[in-house]
Amino acid sequence: MYNLKIRGRHIIGDKSLGQISGDIIAPIDAKTPLWWSAALVVSLGLFGWGIYSMYITVTQGIGTWGVNNTVGWGWAIINFVWWIGIGHAGTAFSIFLLILRQTWRTAINRAAEAMTVVAVGCAALFPLLHMGRPWLFFFIFPYPNTRGPLWVNFNSPLFWDFVAISAYLLISASFWYFGMVPDFATIRDTTKSKVKKAVYGFFSFGWTGSSREWLRFEALSFVLGGIAAVLVVSVHSIVSTDFAVSVEPGWHTTIFPPYFVVGAIFSGFAMVLTLVTLMRKLYKMESFITDSHVDAVCRVLIFISLIMGTAYLTEIFMAWYSGSTYEMYTFFKNRIFGEYAFQFWAMFICNAIIPQLFWFKTVRSRLWIVFIISILINIGMWFERFNIVITSLSHNYIPANWAEYSPTIIEIGLFVGTLGMFSAGVLLFFRYIPMIAISEVKSVAKYDKEQDLTRSLSHETSEKSKTQAQH
Amino acid sequence: MEKTYWRSLEELEDPKALRIREAREESKQKSLLYKKDEGDTGNSRRDFLKTLGFSLAATALISGCERPVNKAIPYLIKPEEITPGQASYYASSYFDAGDYGSVVVKVRDGRPIKIEGNELSSVSRQGTCARIQASILNLYDGARYKGPQQRSNTIKWHDADLEIVKTLDQLKQQNGRVVLLTQTVISPSARQIIEQFLAARPGTEWVQYDAVSASGMLNANVKSFGMRAIPDYRIDKASVLVSFGADFLGTWLSPVEYTRRYTDARRLDEGQRKMLRHYQFEAAMSLSGSNADVRFPVKPSEEGGIVLSLYNEIAKAKGAERLNGVMPKVDVTALAGELLENQGKSLVISGSNDENIQMLVNGINQLLGNYGQTILWESALQTKKGTDQEMQSLVADALAGKIDGLLIWGVNPVYDYPEGEKLEAAIRKMKLSVSFAERQDETARACEYILPEPNYLESWNDLEPRTGFYSLAQPTVSKLFDSRNVEESLMAWSGKQGSWADYIRNRWKTEFFTRQSEYTDPMLFWNYTLQKGVFEPGTNSSGAVWEPSGLAAAAAALEDAQTGAEVVLYESIAIGNGKYANNPWLQELPDPIAKISWDNYASVPVAFAKEHGLDNEHVITVNGIELPVFVQPGQAEGTIAVALGYGREYAGNVGNGVGINLFQQVSAKNGNRRYYLTNARLEPVEGKTYPLALSQTHHSMEGRPIVRETNLDEYLLKPEAGNEMHEEFEKKHVTLYPEKEFPAHHWGMAIDLNSCTGCGNCAIACQAENNIQVIGKEQVRNRRIMHWIRVDRYYSGDIANPDVSFQPVMCQHCDNAPCENVCPVAATPHSSEGLNQMAYNRCVGTKYCINNCPYRVRRFNWFKYVDNDRFDYNANNDLGRMVLNPDVTVRSRGVVEKCSMCVQRIQEKKQTAKLEGRMIGEGEIKTACQQSCPGNAIVFGDLNNPESRISKLFKDKRNYHLLEELHTLPSVGYLTKVRNKA
Repeated sequence: MYNLKIRGRHIIGDKSLGQISGDIIAPIDAKTPLWWSAALVVSLGLFGWGIYSMYITVTQGIGTWGVNNTVGWGWAIINFVWWIGIGHAGTAFSIFLLILRQTWRTAINRAAEAMTVVAVGCAALFPLLHMGRPWLFFFIFPYPNTRGPLWVNFNSPLFWDFVAISAYLLISASFWYFGMVPDFATIRDTTKSKVKKAVYGFFSFGWTGSSREWLRFEALSFVLGGIAAVLVVSVHSIVSTDFAVSVEPGWHTTIFPPYFVVGAIFSGFAMVLTLVTLMRKLYKMESFITDSHVDAVCRVLIFISLIMGTAYLTEIFMAWYSGSTYEMYTFFKNRIFGEYAFQFWAMFICNAIIPQLFWFKTVRSRLWIVFIISILINIGMWFERFNIVITSLSHNYIPANWAEYSPTIIEIGLFVGTLGMFSAGVLLFFRYIPMIAISEVKSVAKYDKEQDLTRSLSHETSEKSKTQAQH
Repeated sequence: MEKTYWRSLEELEDPKALRIREAREESKQKSLLYKKDEGDTGNSRRDFLKTLGFSLAATALISGCERPVNKAIPYLIKPEEITPGQASYYASSYFDAGDYGSVVVKVRDGRPIKIEGNELSSVSRQGTCARIQASILNLYDGARYKGPQQRSNTIKWHDADLEIVKTLDQLKQQNGRVVLLTQTVISPSARQIIEQFLAARPGTEWVQYDAVSASGMLNANVKSFGMRAIPDYRIDKASVLVSFGADFLGTWLSPVEYTRRYTDARRLDEGQRKMLRHYQFEAAMSLSGSNADVRFPVKPSEEGGIVLSLYNEIAKAKGAERLNGVMPKVDVTALAGELLENQGKSLVISGSNDENIQMLVNGINQLLGNYGQTILWESALQTKKGTDQEMQSLVADALAGKIDGLLIWGVNPVYDYPEGEKLEAAIRKMKLSVSFAERQDETARACEYILPEPNYLESWNDLEPRTGFYSLAQPTVSKLFDSRNVEESLMAWSGKQGSWADYIRNRWKTEFFTRQSEYTDPMLFWNYTLQKGVFEPGTNSSGAVWEPSGLAAAAAALEDAQTGAEVVLYESIAIGNGKYANNPWLQELPDPIAKISWDNYASVPVAFAKEHGLDNEHVITVNGIELPVFVQPGQAEGTIAVALGYGREYAGNVGNGVGINLFQQVSAKNGNRRYYLTNARLEPVEGKTYPLALSQTHHSMEGRPIVRETNLDEYLLKPEAGNEMHEEFEKKHVTLYPEKEFPAHHWGMAIDLNSCTGCGNCAIACQAENNIQVIGKEQVRNRRIMHWIRVDRYYSGDIANPDVSFQPVMCQHCDNAPCENVCPVAATPHSSEGLNQMAYNRCVGTKYCINNCPYRVRRFNWFKYVDNDRFDYNANNDLGRMVLNPDVTVRSRGVVEKCSMCVQRIQEKKQTAKLEGRMIGEGEIKTACQQSCPGNAIVFGDLNNPESRISKLFKDKRNYHLLEELHTLPSVGYLTKVRNKA
């Protein structure tokens, strides 16, 4: 039997099921808080800057960016990988933890999945925009045509990217949406506003809450979960093959798929932590997202940070072991001491060293430190992608080609735009969608009543022995 | 959406009806024509069918087509030789400011689009230089004068002639002085016309002026041999070559010729066992110096002492008299010894404009017995004739107001003569000032009359670059603007009106016809000579007689070595004397040594930079002139170098304001202009930076086997010296995949690193052939230059006097290409003949292929470079776009491009061979880079043909592939560089 005990309680305070729904739906029914509107305006402003940058990029050309004939990929690809990594929050949380039957995921998984969907949306912008001729993006679809037929190049990791990310977006969005259907039904049933009733009614698909529907719901969760579980590993592995399949020194290495996947989960968990610490403060959800939830995530982060550190050291070791002058130059001279040494050390410290602070309970229990460290982890992960993409490209095989890269205001604008898009998406999520999975949290609420369970079990056995005795 | 054009309101209102009306009228005209031929009964049926067919076609076309056809002008009667879509080739000749090349011009649909070298010329052979290749764009330059002007008002030729003749007559009566100031004229017919003009107008003088003059040499040769010319340097016959500051591979006198001879003397690809040894004494790192086996960085003022000491060492050994003079800074005993071992097979040259040094150099060569062996007077070079003393006195007289009329042809002294500004004021005050300039320049701006001459591609001409070696030029396009050959103006003003074309033709049919015996009919002689472009009867004797008497005086007059900082002023390979500063191809060509485009700069020695904390893009002042700094390994201690030809003010919108003008700093000493400054004030400017557009910022190979080198002695022992790892890598080519098969052709290219001098001419040839766009300084600085072929330059050894290696790199057409795999839309497949193809219309621009190419030979179209005001170069106007090659796509924004091995040329020759029912001959297909290379360094051919030159080169022990350890299986091979150090 599985060990169902966790270190703390799932929900603090003895809440009834009705109270649980009420608490979680309260922000949706309440008036829009001022800070929310302000934050949304700022986010939309940033997003607007992003839209302007997109306009310039598409109408004038990639020349408005800082990339050149030596460093062909810059911030766009770094951001693309970064956002996909962050997107692994939802998939890792909901699905991995679902398969591992970690019940404590239920307080956080809805927010994590929402983050995934928005993050993948942000990420998907970059492969589209970094194309020289984005209006011909459909060339990457293998659609039947009369020109041969002319198919795409199935050997290319960029094509695999397209498949993986489309699948990822679809599955994550489906998984997130279907999980919300019972919650939308709850809102439909409890809300006083006619508009909300109609809208949430539409999105709840006529959910009645019958046992048959619950059975189907569980089954669907497991099926989608099963498919999505593969995606957790495959999507970022495929993104990593963008680099691993190439010949560039520092890119051409088999460690990349697991390295990237672990890094993505790292990034995702950290972003979840960031959001969730904010969420519980702003919406007073401390009773659902308890200190022990935060504690659990921090422990996972220690473990992953150790893996990241090991991966960095492995890369460096393999560069030496390979004996290749190109690899050794890339790792020992270029990354550690070269033009972009700052980025390398930022990555190493933020990812492998700082999260080790989570070993200390005092650190884990002070939520403002946890918040800061989670942001540093994501910054570290951004620098990791910078380190991988830019240093290998800028100083590669033939020294006559060595060139530097620095972003232009347009690339910065695009990045800031996606930050704005992300925060706008998350804000909208907070406002209009139950930020905790009501039905799932309710399903684990009774687990806390441990004494009741043993009592009822012993009651059963005693009953059984009674009846047996009777017969 | 295409823009629709309309010519009248009726067309705008009802285009269809108008077209039908027009078609009917056209067919009526046609039937009128046919009516004229009706006498021929045999044709009437054909005519009927023609007319019927035309009207039917016209109606079908009109009813089917929505848009009216714009600017389609079919031939009514097609000329016999011209097939639209097929190129015709015309022989012509390029000559400007001492640069000469016999060329073949490719003309497509009535306009010239490419220049190639003329193989039939024994002067320039098949090679060209960057300026000759770029000259095709000078034809289509918007800065050209569109017609005759008088102080910004247009004037008719006839009126201008009348006025000028009147003024000339007036001046003659007043005993005024009129001077015809020209560049060196090498056309025998033009010289004759000038003589006629001078005779018809006594009191007129003729002064020849070279912006970068060889006057010192000419004066010295007059004193030493009685010849006002420059002898023929047969570098290919020498075993030892010593150059004192002469950049003979780059810009000195006849670099195309010298490059060919130099590389011929250093080849090892056909079993040669000997190589020319090249010593260079110079201050700045020149192209020649970078190819030298042994290089001595010395200050320019030290040159005299070294030459004298060399003379004395040789004189001592030969028992001749030693001369007194300055002491040397370098010990040349060993060098003298080597020269003495190679008497009659050595060559000492100097690029100095100091007469005395040149006389001593003559003395050295005379003692070594080189005249008649490696130095020939029979075929003396005629391309520089200007005497500095003449020009100096002319300018002095002009400034003093003693010159009343100045006719200026092909020179720009307001820009490139010291005191040019004062000269401008003087010209404006003259009673008659006429410029024949083809394009805008500072001197023409000051003249009253501007009577533009046509471009050389629009003109007839005959040229004599070497005594007894002639070539012709013919128009390849009718005059684009209202211009007139200067010779015709002079003829008109001599009272002998006539056509220049007729003049040349008559002269050739009478005078030159008699100097040969191959053709008995003068017309045939003329036609065939014009077709070949060259006529080389040669001469048997020169009349040069050695005169030793001036040597002692020359030695005594040599300058002492100075202690202060010295500034060397040199011509850069791309820009030269600045005449074509408005040519964007030349401005964008990275300097072969510094790899900087769109600027001139102060090259400072490494030690100086360290001492003053200077780095690239800092700023220093040189005698008060601010210049950006470039740290140059090999620059001699105590010197800096700056290129001339920059800082044009009135060249056109491309050339204006590019760089700083240093011509004003050139001084006259001993009457000859001195192209270096002594005791210069160099002061770093704190806190100021100036951006420089560098195309290469890293100069070390970092221990990687990119250019493989060895020395001659090792090579002779073991041909694979320096290349041993090639065998090892060949053995490691193991693969799980089936090997690619190339059943028909397998195209490949071999580059002999011994023959590549790094001149960069291939980049311009490729740019002209493949419609490669100019992107401007800012974009070049951001490493986005579009050249499909680039020449990488590496330094090795002592940074104060390094060894230099050049390596041309273009798409390697890898049989296991990393780029092909990663394109998501399959835009870059591999052809069945071994080429890596690029389908522009499929490319979506993900740039994965750019990243995955380990050679970084792919180029991205970051912006729309054509028809875009932001890039206002030749592609932004109709005139400039006439240079585009119709066989090559012009790429749009957002697509990747790269070297295609001139696939359009491959296809053309395959088609010709197919039509003629034969195999393609070896050497028949020539890529643009191969065809233009003056050193014959590039070989293209079919690897499937075991007899082809390329197959043999690939089997040479020197052959290796770049980055072969990556198993990319490139189709390009490099032959290791073999130096000949002692």
